[in-house]
Amino acid sequence: MLGKLSWAAVPLNQPLPMIASGVVGLTILGVLVLIVLKGWLPYLWRDWITSVDHKHIGIMYTLLAMVMLLRGFADAIMMRSQQALAFRAPGFLPPEHYDQIFSAHGTLMIFFVAMPFVIGLMNFVIPLQLGVRDVAFPTLNSVGFWLTATGALLVNVSLVVGEFARTGWLPYPPLSEIAYSPGVGVDYYLWSLEISGVGTLLSGINLVTTILKMHAPGMTYMRMPMFCWTALASNLLIVAAFPILTATLAMLLLDRYLGFHFFTNEAGGNVMMFMNLIWAWGHPEVYILILPAFGVFSEVIATFSRKPLFGYRSMVAATMIICILAFTVWLHHFFTMGAGADVNAIFGIASMIIAVPTGVKVFNWLFTMYGGRVVFTAPILWSLGFMVTFVIGGMTGVLLAVPPADFMLHNSLFLVAHFHNVIIGGVLFGSFAGYTYWFPKAFGFRLHDGLGKAAFWFWIFGFYFAFMPLYVLGLEGMTRRMQHYDVAEWHPWTLIAAGGAALILCGIGTQIAQLVVSIRHREALRDVTGDPWNGRSLEWATSSPPPAFNFAVLPSIEGEEAYWGIKQRAIRQARLRDEPEYAEIEMPRNSPTGFICAFFASFMGFALIWHIWWLVALGLLGAFATFVVFAWRDEDEYIISADEVARIDRANRRARSEALARLQVTT
Amino acid sequence: MVAGQPVMPIVGVLSDELRKLSMRAKPGEPPDSNGHCPPRPTSARFARHAVILAPLLLAACQPAVLDPKGLVGIADKTILVDSLAIMLAIVVPTILATFGFAWWFRAGNTRAKYLPEFEYSGRIELIVWAIPLLVIILLSGVAWIGSHELDPAQPLASKTPPLEVQVVSLDWKWLFIYPNQRVASVNQLVVPAGVPIHFALTSASVMTAFFIPQLGSMIYTMNGMTTQLNLQADAPGSFHGLASHFSGDGFADMHFEVRAVPAEQFAAWVEATRKTGPTLDAASYTSLAKQSIDAKPFTYRAADPGLFQQVATQQLPPGPGPQTGLPDRTVSPRTEK
Repeated sequence: MLGKLSWAAVPLNQPLPMIASGVVGLTILGVLVLIVLKGWLPYLWRDWITSVDHKHIGIMYTLLAMVMLLRGFADAIMMRSQQALAFRAPGFLPPEHYDQIFSAHGTLMIFFVAMPFVIGLMNFVIPLQLGVRDVAFPTLNSVGFWLTATGALLVNVSLVVGEFARTGWLPYPPLSEIAYSPGVGVDYYLWSLEISGVGTLLSGINLVTTILKMHAPGMTYMRMPMFCWTALASNLLIVAAFPILTATLAMLLLDRYLGFHFFTNEAGGNVMMFMNLIWAWGHPEVYILILPAFGVFSEVIATFSRKPLFGYRSMVAATMIICILAFTVWLHHFFTMGAGADVNAIFGIASMIIAVPTGVKVFNWLFTMYGGRVVFTAPILWSLGFMVTFVIGGMTGVLLAVPPADFMLHNSLFLVAHFHNVIIGGVLFGSFAGYTYWFPKAFGFRLHDGLGKAAFWFWIFGFYFAFMPLYVLGLEGMTRRMQHYDVAEWHPWTLIAAGGAALILCGIGTQIAQLVVSIRHREALRDVTGDPWNGRSLEWATSSPPPAFNFAVLPSIEGEEAYWGIKQRAIRQARLRDEPEYAEIEMPRNSPTGFICAFFASFMGFALIWHIWWLVALGLLGAFATFVVFAWRDEDEYIISADEVARIDRANRRARSEALARLQVTT
Repeated sequence: MVAGQPVMPIVGVLSDELRKLSMRAKPGEPPDSNGHCPPRPTSARFARHAVILAPLLLAACQPAVLDPKGLVGIADKTILVDSLAIMLAIVVPTILATFGFAWWFRAGNTRAKYLPEFEYSGRIELIVWAIPLLVIILLSGVAWIGSHELDPAQPLASKTPPLEVQVVSLDWKWLFIYPNQRVASVNQLVVPAGVPIHFALTSASVMTAFFIPQLGSMIYTMNGMTTQLNLQADAPGSFHGLASHFSGDGFADMHFEVRAVPAEQFAAWVEATRKTGPTLDAASYTSLAKQSIDAKPFTYRAADPGLFQQVATQQLPPGPGPQTGLPDRTVSPRTEK
């Protein structure tokens, strides 16, 4: 009836996961009770859970990322303190726990923090920047989000029921095969990523189509903001790379569930095939994450330097070159497999070539600041912190691309320091910059700038204290994933790294405080004009938050930096453009399809992990039936009347006119 | 202590100074002849000192990778340092320019010129594409030549014929077979100094990697396959060797001591080894292949010279995994210590 599931699966004898999950469980219960008592349930259902509005879905993605960041960071703190304590000592985490923790940390941070953060920002911003009312496939978008949430849920369920993988965030066989990992940990990993991977692919298809097919009149490709270009490249990579991940993990699932021999030791299975396949996805994945961050920095640096982005065409070219080269370098993840000199050298050089367009980007950001008027707000601090940190991370990355250097540093903490250097310094700083930059657009008030800056300083110092010692440890010959060690030279550095993690904890605490303080002082931080930063792209032409339909009338675009042009003309002529003729607008109806489908998918995933076959069938049937019901829907749009559109847009115009009048008075 | 190969003269001088400083700070604890600092206590007081003294200690004890004791390690390190130097030439100015541009062009600086329309310059574009491209062309040369000269499978140039050592990674220990000497050892590798060593490596079960940081390159071990590695210890000494690819619960204890000894001592060690200990054959290998954590070093007085081949070709089946799946203490066969 319940397959492999029994009470033995709940680690009642282990205090750490039980306390952690108890606290989390009580918090969730408390929030649910609060929601029901306050009568917020209908609002949540209508405006968020069943919403197909790209802005709401984008915000939910970002929220998921931030919550999972807390979980992933809790893992990080445990790992750093374990290594600080475990010098000639067992520490407080036995191997079977420690191994789960670093596996969960990597999986969560990549798939359920970095990915939803950048996808959330893209979802929210792209249609606004392109001057359109929605994404190409709004309901698909919702399905994509909820399937991602399902994956995150399953990973977290493994904390209480059963175990998580003990194989690292990429489950290399044969360790991940049933012979060496007979538990459910690897199955949790695999099914979480199979389900959320489908969600990511759907999101990628949706955003590629949106960027290629949906534009305001006059918004040609070469007039798109840089963020749209990097998002296009990133989503093209998702569409091309995620099927590889899904297929590779499916092969491992066949090995584990049905006795296939893709990657086993026996019967002709080949471990090396797994490594090639997983990195054929894994390396493009790096660029899937970093390219949108590059886009955020391009927007932020231009806006706060009060200048257009320098070398726009070069930036577009560099982005698309990175997009293509991303698929030609995967082998540098295993130079030490013994492939031979020619193969290693060719992939090493291919990897280095990516540094050329990346370097061009850094120089172009530099020259964007040149001749500018740089305003030091929190988003630009994140951007400057990124430029300095990322250059160092890029350098150590190129170093690892030189095969003989990699022979010494592969799998060491030097490598760990390198990829945290680019992922924290690049992806996460970019996400935080984007979060701070677009927050007023999403909620109508700015985040507290002082606390934002304080968080930045905690993070940047925390980062350097946590990861520079790891570079040294790598040079000391310390390999990654050590539960304990006996080498005396390593110990001081692990202590410093733990101190760095504590600083980052202060940074996260400051960010939470920033959010709370900003919400409480939202009236003082209110963005009345819709353009709080003197922005240059179209999202700043809408009110904050934008209406459901984004634009009352699709704007017509006459050059790069669409909104900057409109704004400058208004200032020159001391008046807004004439009021357009308002017409009624059709918008997509809400749909619970995504939520219900994910509801069934969660049960299906759980049942697959525990071999509860009747529930698998039920979940699969339920998810399929949800789509059938959706396909039968007759009315898929609702009408916003011309009067309503006019009323909302006139309020926005009024705010803009007043801002314009104030500007005339001051100059 | 003999200074390691200084990176550059200036760095060498600097690290000498720092070394003197740190010796003064911690008298009576000079690094031993291998450059290893002696074990240090782990009291809270020490922890505080460590944070303050850490940079000085680093200067005193060169990190293993930067203090190679064999010709492969020295060549690897040279490439590492050269590549780093080439890149620093461009990275340091870029970082300084970031600080410089951001500060000079700050909104409050009225002396900085404001160019609100400056968004393109063909000359600058040419330079920003050319600089990284030229650096990468230079580095590509380093990578190409380095990959070929330091291919792990490439025999080392030496007048002395290489010593053959066969390596099997097991859960979770290392087996070293000396096919010509017909002896074997676990978690202990004794080699003659100044003699090239040819390693043939395979894995009994899961994949991992074989790494002696002070001697040079690492290589993967995989079941059903043989990888090749050539290393040499230039002078007698003892080094830390470890598994450098995660392989399961016992991974952290999967390290071994490497002793490079003069040739005559090596011969004596072989002789002594032949006198005591168990023998390594298919039966004792099968029992060795069971999972165990923190195996103490020991030797086999006799070893079947065909055993490695039988493991590599799976005539001897892969080692078994754990017997239950849940994260229970019983999963890790700690009792087999």
